[in-house]
Amino acid sequence: MLQGVLLVVAVSLLVFALLYMMPGDPINMMVDRKVPEAKRAQMAEELGLNDPFLVQYGRWVKNIVFEQDFGNSVRYKTPVIDLMKDRVPRSVKLCGWSLLIEMLIALPLGLMCAIKKDSLFDRITVSGSLLLTAMPSFWLGALLVLVFAVGLKILPISGYEGAKYYILPIFALVSSTIAGTLRLTRSEVLEVLNEKYVTTAHAKGVPYKKVMLKHVLRNALIMVSVQVFMSIPWLISGAVVTEKIFGIPGMGNLLLNSIVVQDFPVVQAVLLIIAILTVICNLISDIVIALLDPRIRIAMGGGDK
Amino acid sequence: MSEDLLRLEHLSIDYKVKGGYLSAVNDVNLKIKKGEILAVVGESGCGKSTVAHSIMNLLPGGNESVEGRIMFRGENLRDYSWSEMEKIRGKHIGMIFQNPLDSLNPVYTTGDQVQEAILMDKVDKVIAWQKVCDLFNDVKMPDAETRARSFPHELSGGMRQRVMIAMMLSREPELLIADEPTTALDVTIEAQILEIIKDLKHTHNTAIMMITHNFGLVAEVADKVAVMYAGELIEYADVFEIFENPQHPYTKLLMKALPRGTKKEGRLQIIDGSVPRILDKKPGCRFANRCPYAQERCFNETPREVEVAEDHTCRCFLAEEKKEV
Amino acid sequence: MSEQKMAPAVETAAEAAAEATEVKKAKASNLNTEKWKETLMACLKNFNFMLGFCMLASVCILAIFSEQIAPYDYMEQGVGSRFMAPCSEFWFGTDELGRDVLSRVIWGTRITLWVAFLGATLQLVIGVTVGLLCGYFGGWIDRFFSFLTDLTWCIPSTILALAVVTLIGKGLTNTVISIALVAWASYARPVRAKTMSLKSMAFVETGKAFGESSFALMFRYILPNVIPSLIVMVSTTLPSTILSTTTLSFLGLGSQAPSPDWGLALSNGITYIGTAPWLSIFPGIALLYTVLGFSFLGEGVRDILDPHMKSQ
Repeated sequence: MLQGVLLVVAVSLLVFALLYMMPGDPINMMVDRKVPEAKRAQMAEELGLNDPFLVQYGRWVKNIVFEQDFGNSVRYKTPVIDLMKDRVPRSVKLCGWSLLIEMLIALPLGLMCAIKKDSLFDRITVSGSLLLTAMPSFWLGALLVLVFAVGLKILPISGYEGAKYYILPIFALVSSTIAGTLRLTRSEVLEVLNEKYVTTAHAKGVPYKKVMLKHVLRNALIMVSVQVFMSIPWLISGAVVTEKIFGIPGMGNLLLNSIVVQDFPVVQAVLLIIAILTVICNLISDIVIALLDPRIRIAMGGGDK
Repeated sequence: MSEDLLRLEHLSIDYKVKGGYLSAVNDVNLKIKKGEILAVVGESGCGKSTVAHSIMNLLPGGNESVEGRIMFRGENLRDYSWSEMEKIRGKHIGMIFQNPLDSLNPVYTTGDQVQEAILMDKVDKVIAWQKVCDLFNDVKMPDAETRARSFPHELSGGMRQRVMIAMMLSREPELLIADEPTTALDVTIEAQILEIIKDLKHTHNTAIMMITHNFGLVAEVADKVAVMYAGELIEYADVFEIFENPQHPYTKLLMKALPRGTKKEGRLQIIDGSVPRILDKKPGCRFANRCPYAQERCFNETPREVEVAEDHTCRCFLAEEKKEV
Repeated sequence: MSEQKMAPAVETAAEAAAEATEVKKAKASNLNTEKWKETLMACLKNFNFMLGFCMLASVCILAIFSEQIAPYDYMEQGVGSRFMAPCSEFWFGTDELGRDVLSRVIWGTRITLWVAFLGATLQLVIGVTVGLLCGYFGGWIDRFFSFLTDLTWCIPSTILALAVVTLIGKGLTNTVISIALVAWASYARPVRAKTMSLKSMAFVETGKAFGESSFALMFRYILPNVIPSLIVMVSTTLPSTILSTTTLSFLGLGSQAPSPDWGLALSNGITYIGTAPWLSIFPGIALLYTVLGFSFLGEGVRDILDPHMKSQ
């Protein structure tokens, strides 16, 4: 917990420093070049741009924490928080559904591959997943558009107005991240299959399917779900690419456009949110592992006493 | 004489390994009657565990080939499909493993795991749980109710082995295979577990196939003894018979290796060499290279199994000769 | 020799040491040729390695002889009409400026290989230096860089690379640099661990006793022993380096027009996907081919040099 807080503080410092060091005068981006020098100096003073680094950082953090004020977008001239309000739900929708679908596909497939290790089915699935990792996600997205939107004309190319606009992006995002989960599930299940308690379960006459689901998958899930939670931030960065391909105005697109036009307050805010999210995901994965594995639950409980 | 509960007939098991086949079990014939305790003795790696697992059709891997027949209540288990075996396992044959530390699933409570076995017989959950507690009492688990709600890692090795026994007894199988049930435990705990196993025989009339490398244990619990060496059954006899009148040189050496405080011999006898890895089946006695009585023919011919007395078989030329005389 | 005036004892000691090193070297070189032969044989026998090697060799040939092989220059506009579908004259079709897509794909190999080379070198230099320093000196240097690695792992690499690009500006070299700045940690950790274990071994202690400087100890004594695992690391991380660089180019932060960069070509192709799909298909296949080549090579190298790490 403490470590998480420390990391958030460090990341926020880093993000702030990154943009503090940014070349170019922020005033130049806010006002016209014709504004006289004296007026500029006055503005800089008002905005606190001449204060020491730590004072500026402190003010930035204070505004975020107490007023949810991430500053104003240089480009849109509106508060950053307003920009995010529309865009975050779209990104969350995209990532959430992708994660869910990824699990629904990867878990059974990984389990079957492990059970039927070295069979034709296993080989095809594993090489398929290898091919997916070698394939650039944006190209995969392009191919999907080509087949389903251009070729078969059953889905729209881009946009975000309804559910069917999300099918292709989710499909693309799932394809680019599923290989890792699939392979992890497979190797975890293979490991658990070698455990003695699986033999015990067989020996007491539990039906095969039940052994696989209740004993094998349940134990394999411990590591898999931890990994999945840890991979959420990576899913988000994958979403940056997906949002760009399919023209979904989410966080990723906002970040990209802001970087291109050097809209620093927005970049700062998005980076900070992703970093915090990462730390939160790490914390959740700690909790999840404790919930799934009684050995660790006891150890953690013991630590508190 | 009651009918044989389990009969192994010419059981051979080979593992496919790099460069040929590893003969783990070769031509083993064995029988257990109802309510009888049979001890299978042998050094590590002699194929005892392989025999045990093959009875349950639970051999690991898929790279083994099994031949021969496993007759249980007059039916060949080798003809059974996996799902038919599922009905045999637990219900008719139970099995306890060597290491209780990792033979229980770490994510479920011990009670849950025992209950899972009981529920297989379509019993009501409450009744099943009551039975779990009774069973825990039967295996002399201290503080049974609490332990049933504990996770395996919260229990000691001895307690876990009790859980295993309770689990395997829960459906009252006719046969219990115990694969070195006490090897991983302390000596004091060992005695308690053996006591429980012996009680079983009396209370439930369960036949027990006890696999061990400890000859001392055999004397304590067994009715019949089977000695295995390098995958072959070399001697089978009543427990008294085998201690009084061992026929095979290997059995004799094992006897000598037993620590006996009362006798003057004092030092433990050591058998030189180690169990050979049999890669290719060649003629000759597998023990010949370590045998003090080895003759030339021992290296060239394979000895047959001969019945030296009633219910006493031995696979050795010496026994063969003796009988012929 | 100036040492002749030294005290005899010192001289003999020095001579003995020199002799010992000579013998060692001779043995080592002998062993080395043997070992190289063995490694070479292992390489030739390894299917993955040979497959990857052949795939990459073809890419290299295309890159070296781009001028001779490519039918047109990658910048030459209007060699055909705009958006011509693949035909006998333009195998991969033409783009919105009437440029030959085949030629652009061929010229693109140079960029991709350059990215791979530059990326690997940068990551190696940073990662190895930091790893050696941390492992050798420990203390606050170690703690500082450990915290830094934790930090870089706290933000997804693509996002972090985006942030760095914001700071240092757009462009192909800058994207490679930014990815190296993010990815060095994956080299530093293993190198650090290896250094720590090697540091206390006899031959390093001997070097220390002979008065070698810390620098020499790190780079001449310890580094050579890390090289095999470094080769494995480089070959297994190259595919992801290429992919992330191309991703940044695709996002418009890497190569700028009119570069024949495949990522840029793909981002351009998306715009015309409805009318001219060949603009996206061919650069994508080229990219997939190259990345797969590196992946196979990496798998092969890992099998050969590090048999214990074989994946399941």
